[in-house]
Amino acid sequence: MSLLEVRDLHANVDGKEILKGIDLVVNPGEIHSIMGPNGSGKSTLAAVLARREGYEVTKGEVLFRGKDLLEMKPEDVACEGLFLAFQYPVEVPGISNAYFLRAALNAQRKYRGEDPLDAIDFLPVLKEKMKLLEMEEQFQSRSVNEGFSGGEKKRNEIVQMAVLEPTLAVLDETDSGLDIDALRVVANGVNAMRREDRSMILVTHYQRLLDYIVPDYVHVLANGRIVKSGGPELALELEREGYGWVEEALAAK
Amino acid sequence: MSTVTEATGLGSYLEAFSEMRQRTSHQPEWLRTLREDAFGQFCDIGFPTLKDEAWRFTSVAPIARESFSLAEGGAAELTLEDLKPFLIADAACRLVFVNGRFAAELSDCEPLPAGVEAGSLAAEIGSNPAALKSSLGRHLDLGTDPFCSLNTAFLEDGGYVRIAKGTVLASPIHLLFVSTDLDSPVMAHPRNLILAGPNSQADVVEEHVSLGDAKLFSNTATELVAEENAVIAHHMIERENRTSFHISTLQMHQERNSNVSSHSVLIGGALVRNNVHPVLAGEGGACLINGLFLGDDSQHLDNYMLVDHASPHCASHQFYNGILGGKSHGVFHGRIIVRKDAQQTDAKQTNRNLLLSDDAQIDTKPQLEIYADDVKCTHGATIGQLDENALYYLRSRGIDETSARELLLFAFAGECTGRIRSTPIREHVERIVRQSLPEGMTSDGTGEGAERRWEEIG
Amino acid sequence: MTTVNTIQDLTGGEYKWGFVTPVDEDNIPRGLSEETIRLISAKKNEPEFMLEWRLKAYRHFMKLLKEDAEPKWAHIKFPPVNYQDIIYYSAPKKKPSAKSLDEVDPEVLEAYNKLGISLNEQKRLQGVAVDAVFDSVSVATTFQKKLAEKGVIFCSFSDAVQKHPDLVKKYLGSVVPYTDNFYATLNAAVFSDGSFAYIPKGVRCPMELSTYFRINAADSGQFERTLIVVEEGGYASYLEGCTAPKRDKNQLHAAVVELVALDNAQIKYSTVQNWYPGDKEGKGGIYNFVTKRGKCLGKNSKISWTQVETGSAITWKYPSVILMGDNSVGEFYSVAVTNNYQQADTGTKMIHMGKNTKSTIISKGISAGHAQNSYRGQVKIMKDATGARNYTQCDSLLIGDKCGAHTFPYIEVRNSSARMEHEAYTSKVGDDQIFYFRQRGLSAEEALTMIISGFCKQVFRELPMEFAVEAQKLLGVSLEGSVG
Repeated sequence: MSLLEVRDLHANVDGKEILKGIDLVVNPGEIHSIMGPNGSGKSTLAAVLARREGYEVTKGEVLFRGKDLLEMKPEDVACEGLFLAFQYPVEVPGISNAYFLRAALNAQRKYRGEDPLDAIDFLPVLKEKMKLLEMEEQFQSRSVNEGFSGGEKKRNEIVQMAVLEPTLAVLDETDSGLDIDALRVVANGVNAMRREDRSMILVTHYQRLLDYIVPDYVHVLANGRIVKSGGPELALELEREGYGWVEEALAAK
Repeated sequence: MSTVTEATGLGSYLEAFSEMRQRTSHQPEWLRTLREDAFGQFCDIGFPTLKDEAWRFTSVAPIARESFSLAEGGAAELTLEDLKPFLIADAACRLVFVNGRFAAELSDCEPLPAGVEAGSLAAEIGSNPAALKSSLGRHLDLGTDPFCSLNTAFLEDGGYVRIAKGTVLASPIHLLFVSTDLDSPVMAHPRNLILAGPNSQADVVEEHVSLGDAKLFSNTATELVAEENAVIAHHMIERENRTSFHISTLQMHQERNSNVSSHSVLIGGALVRNNVHPVLAGEGGACLINGLFLGDDSQHLDNYMLVDHASPHCASHQFYNGILGGKSHGVFHGRIIVRKDAQQTDAKQTNRNLLLSDDAQIDTKPQLEIYADDVKCTHGATIGQLDENALYYLRSRGIDETSARELLLFAFAGECTGRIRSTPIREHVERIVRQSLPEGMTSDGTGEGAERRWEEIG
Repeated sequence: MTTVNTIQDLTGGEYKWGFVTPVDEDNIPRGLSEETIRLISAKKNEPEFMLEWRLKAYRHFMKLLKEDAEPKWAHIKFPPVNYQDIIYYSAPKKKPSAKSLDEVDPEVLEAYNKLGISLNEQKRLQGVAVDAVFDSVSVATTFQKKLAEKGVIFCSFSDAVQKHPDLVKKYLGSVVPYTDNFYATLNAAVFSDGSFAYIPKGVRCPMELSTYFRINAADSGQFERTLIVVEEGGYASYLEGCTAPKRDKNQLHAAVVELVALDNAQIKYSTVQNWYPGDKEGKGGIYNFVTKRGKCLGKNSKISWTQVETGSAITWKYPSVILMGDNSVGEFYSVAVTNNYQQADTGTKMIHMGKNTKSTIISKGISAGHAQNSYRGQVKIMKDATGARNYTQCDSLLIGDKCGAHTFPYIEVRNSSARMEHEAYTSKVGDDQIFYFRQRGLSAEEALTMIISGFCKQVFRELPMEFAVEAQKLLGVSLEGSVG
């Protein structure tokens, strides 16, 4: 069974159609990259999958682990194992990273019928994951993302992903604004999490990320549709040619 | 010189301008028009006064009173040996300007890494002016600052850096501006243009130093354009002699997802004003504005920031630390504008100051103008003295008072230098800071001695 | 459905303390006159010095009224108050000065039970002595005997006037003189009761002292006065709580609190203020115009104010500390929550006079609905206050886009050795924040609770344990129905 099946997905934002019929199948263990020019609908797709409010699905269906994802609440999607690394991670003053993440992990464990983890069992796990992402220990006790630099926020997203161990991780422009060293650290963290039963969708605007995390499939999204799919070589082609040809091809249609 | 022009203080500028106009008459018309308009604007507005909100803590009367002439080109007497104290180890390239003019013989640009262009703006104007038309003078806002108009009016030379798409430069580019001993007060109006292409990464240092004690009025302007997803850091190091006047403006234009840092270290000069003006024009841009100012004697060091949040999801973080001794006067004036559409803005402003004497003075003024409704803005300011308890604690552990003071001051300065990402630049700045901590606090030691003691402390 | 609606749906709560207790009340006629003052003083059988003090205050108040001197600078709006249309004294008829609990009107006892405040010592949590003030009078004070063993005096203000007139005479008005401000002057003229605590030299008060204020009668004002004196080396922790029935008409509450700390003395004063805030349209509610001030008279003394302000239609309140003794410490921790049409203008004053004095201000404003929430704080370093230090943090949290948050810091420094730190931020609980929590597997309810308790954490940890729990619950109720 496929992990994720998206069929003819149409979605509106503020009454305007942004997704105009997306078809996408992700099998366990696969890494898909979705690329495309700004405004093509990449982030909208990520938001719809995570059941963000304000995105109105007008047509189509999404099955996640065989269940109707569009019927789920955002927290249930998360508990089912879909993790979204935010393009703009949110700051939460007054709540420590460790507390937040343990609350989230325990909410997910509860959903799965598992016992909650206490701080003594949890902290070593967090420590290990933070080390993987080269984050200093002090970030444990700092408020979630508060005062973090752009790079630290993105690394923190991956720490969360590493702790929550999702079945499907959607990384929304995790590479944007990162310098080359930070990009390497993030990519290492992501690569360390690759497993046969864990899939990923990398939403990105820049080919550079794919030098470090090599996808199995690359899809080009333009004007709300996937206009081309291929292997990693497609990303290089996009880098060389730019997105101009995509738009030209669309105009020609 | 007529009494009228003398009174307005513009006489010497008029003279210098007509001279330069003749010298540059062969240049493209757009460039000449740019200068003419700017000069007109400068003559209309004149020098700012304390009544101008942006200048309420800084009087430029000492600059307006004096007559300055443009320096002659050439740097015949200087050798590389003279510049040795100012060099950065491992720089990818070094552009040296003497009294505002490019000095090719002192510069070192060979070989430039692939994807990098670096040279003098004068040369670029001479060889390929058309390539500059779309960027030069496009970002600097002349309407608000007469010094920017003045700089543009005298735009002739400066640093030109272009980083091509996707190029990642590991070592710094060093723009070194040197003033020499001259008989009469001279002025220089260096103009820098830094263009960072999409996905590029680079670190640029703009350093101003003096050889000798002659008075210089340097009025620099830098236009920096960071295209999509570019990661670029600019470092301003101002350490001219204590008779000089220095006004500088860094105008930054940031496209989507770009990540720009501005680091300013103000140490030298009699009257210094450093403007940092980022415009966050594309979604997801991030800007770090980091500064350190060390004042002593009767130095006046003014830091003015105008952060323009024009797009959603942008972050600007300002951190300025000031250490003021003697009768020095520091200013932190941070203005943040959050435009109507700039939702989810994260603007942060922190200014921490240490006053080392009763006569030292700091004016700190946050100014927030917020027109969007979903934003996060933080501001904080502290004014204090060296922590006597901490000092005592160190001394109780056997560290002598001078060393203990240095240690604490350097730690305070270190909050700022620690934010510099490039290791060679950070080390360069730390060395300068160590040598420059205000006198009287590091009393009995020379710079070298202080450094040695530092090492002993570990 | 948006998150906004989700948050609205979570709740729909009401003010839970809005019941009226059917007791026979002894009300004096409406209005303010010299007669009123004499009547109040006579009812309380006060000594001459009290009456004189009240009359001086009354005359001063009439002058202020004539001059239209009601403070106008606060960021609050309300229709003019008719000071002649207020009942200045209202008390349960049945044995207002009960000797034991058996003599207290059972209806009144029931009222306190309903509020969760048992006046029965056996049923009380050990370690908290309660003075219960019902409208204008104190109805019961628990654990007096136990406290007396240590030499601690804890009783109603009326009792103190009778039994300890010297102490009252010495300290009354010594921190907040009757001329201090419009509302304090009115209070000095008409105050009816309140709590009095005196901790003798070297005594650490063995239990928390607390007063529970309840306004019950309609159209009455409540004007209580609290005086706490802690002698050298003593320590007291005092808690106050307050509620009122739901009524359409606004009611005035103008209290005064005076604290005096001598050498090495410490006073910790905590408030959970939950007066009726008015309904969702802003109708009714208490006007809470309160003057609270402490004087660190002695060396190394410390006064700490902690307040959780969730009630009242309007709050005008600036618990302050005058730092006179060298090395004295003043603290102010505040959470002010405004929802619907509530208005709060609250903060503190820290006046540094002694050497090496230190003050800390942590203010957290939460604003929801159409509410307006202002922080107003003054830090003043006088000329001789060498080595003074202040740390101020005033943060605002906005829930929804129709409310407002404002900060008005005033800083005056007359001594160059002062060290000042100021921090402030404003943020908004929005869909983004809530969605972030939900994407990690937490529900919208959990998200809101976590965000708000995180925001208030610094203040809550200053509250005594029992109160902290109550405050946290109260916060949840106050923000019910707020927009996310």
